[in-house]
Amino acid sequence: MSISLQEIVFYVVAACITVFSVMAVTTGRLLRAATYLLFVLFGTAAIYGILGYTFLGAVQLMVYAGGIVVLYVFSIMLTRSNKDMKYRIGYAKLFSVLASVIVGAGLMLFLIMTNGFALNVIPQGDELPVEKVGMALMGMDKYQFLLPFEAVSVLLLACMIGAILIARKEK
Amino acid sequence: MNDYYNLEALTSVIHAALCGVMPEWVALTIECVIVGVIIILLYAVLAVIMIYMERKVCAAFQCRIGPNRVGGKGGLLQVPADVLKILIKEIFTPAHVDKFLYSLAPYLVILASVFTFSCLPWNNGGLILHMNIGIFFVLAASSIGVLGILLAGWSSDSKYTLMGAMRSGAMIISYELSIGISVLTMVVMAGTMDIHELVMGQADGWNIFKGHIPAILAFIIYLIAGNAEANRGPFDLAEAEQELTAGYHTEYSGMHFGFFYLAEYMNLFITAGIATTIFLGGWMPLHVPGLDGFNAVMDYIPGIVWFLGKTFLVIFLLMWIRWTYPRLRIDQILTLEWKYLMPSALVVLVLMTFCTLMGWTF
Repeated sequence: MSISLQEIVFYVVAACITVFSVMAVTTGRLLRAATYLLFVLFGTAAIYGILGYTFLGAVQLMVYAGGIVVLYVFSIMLTRSNKDMKYRIGYAKLFSVLASVIVGAGLMLFLIMTNGFALNVIPQGDELPVEKVGMALMGMDKYQFLLPFEAVSVLLLACMIGAILIARKEK
Repeated sequence: MNDYYNLEALTSVIHAALCGVMPEWVALTIECVIVGVIIILLYAVLAVIMIYMERKVCAAFQCRIGPNRVGGKGGLLQVPADVLKILIKEIFTPAHVDKFLYSLAPYLVILASVFTFSCLPWNNGGLILHMNIGIFFVLAASSIGVLGILLAGWSSDSKYTLMGAMRSGAMIISYELSIGISVLTMVVMAGTMDIHELVMGQADGWNIFKGHIPAILAFIIYLIAGNAEANRGPFDLAEAEQELTAGYHTEYSGMHFGFFYLAEYMNLFITAGIATTIFLGGWMPLHVPGLDGFNAVMDYIPGIVWFLGKTFLVIFLLMWIRWTYPRLRIDQILTLEWKYLMPSALVVLVLMTFCTLMGWTF
């Protein structure tokens, strides 16, 4: 048996991610697109799990699947949207989309292959201890990220205040 | 402490025996399938027990007898008969619904609930999904369930279901904050998110005794928010019968409705089970430091009895609350969460951090 169970799981998850990403952008219904996006995010979380980074996997589930997608669904439900988005796509547009997709995929493949990521074996899933993640996020030494962490939270706060200002009715 | 009922020896013997006759990955796959079947069976059986318990407890609080005809004196076969009936009912799909999302929604709800269910510590060595972020994974997985509710409400194409889904979506998202903060409070005290280590750390006294005042406050906040998470009274306005017929699952029938019903009861069990794990010691017997004879006697009771006993005690507490308080309005529910519960949860978190830093916990 040259292929391990972990690799089989990885390829199944990767195939699911690919299929659902394509479905998310090709479906004509807004809420279905959000649901396919949810499946893609599940797949990403599963890949983090395979890599042993369960903390990021759980964060992925909580923030993206349980937070962002819920917000999408909420906003789709609250706004009056056309259930079937039947846009006609012209040939010129279709051709340019296909060309950019192929060029982008080629560039990605080139970068991955020359970097040697794809040639590496999938690392065996030893779980990354939470203490290590916490120390890296909250430490002040080299390769520790307290300043970016705090800066990002200030940025989020600014975004929220901005959103409230825009949404507020003028008195 | 002596542990006479550790399952780890048994599971490792089974694993070694299986690995002896087949490659390891086949053995792992077979074990996963068997454990999965056990989880689903337990899930269904516990739901039946809890529905019976709910009927009897509700009857007691309303001065009635409850089910008493089917299957002898106590009406023991009433719930199995209901389950049989719901299994053979037609699964009806209304016209003009989004068929894919309509049939997907119940499975999303069940998926979230089974994931969290398999993180519960049944016994020493009986923890099924073991990760070092255990309790955080429980919070993450339970946040998926609300999507199933929203999709069910939207795809049914009816005013009642849409309003029910919006209400319960808004409520569940809000109360997730309080649950998260109160769980975090206990994580700060215990110093770990690993469910096994959380339970082992309570060998010299349960967390609710070790953390005294802040732990008890966090326990109360957890119970209130947990009741809302499970969509149960006094927070059951998603299916306020007088206003919304049955809320987000009005249009569902047969086993699709059954899944929502099952998930609601199992979410109650999971809420109580997590409360047991982080506050009341999980499967850990009651130990009082210093009383060695008493502790030794307590160790003779198996862990699963302790776990189920404590969980059903918490479930009884939650049912008591449900059948005592009247339903809140949606604005009252959101006010309660955002103006009172969440700020007080934050205060308790700060208090607990302070106590832990000063070494005031036991």
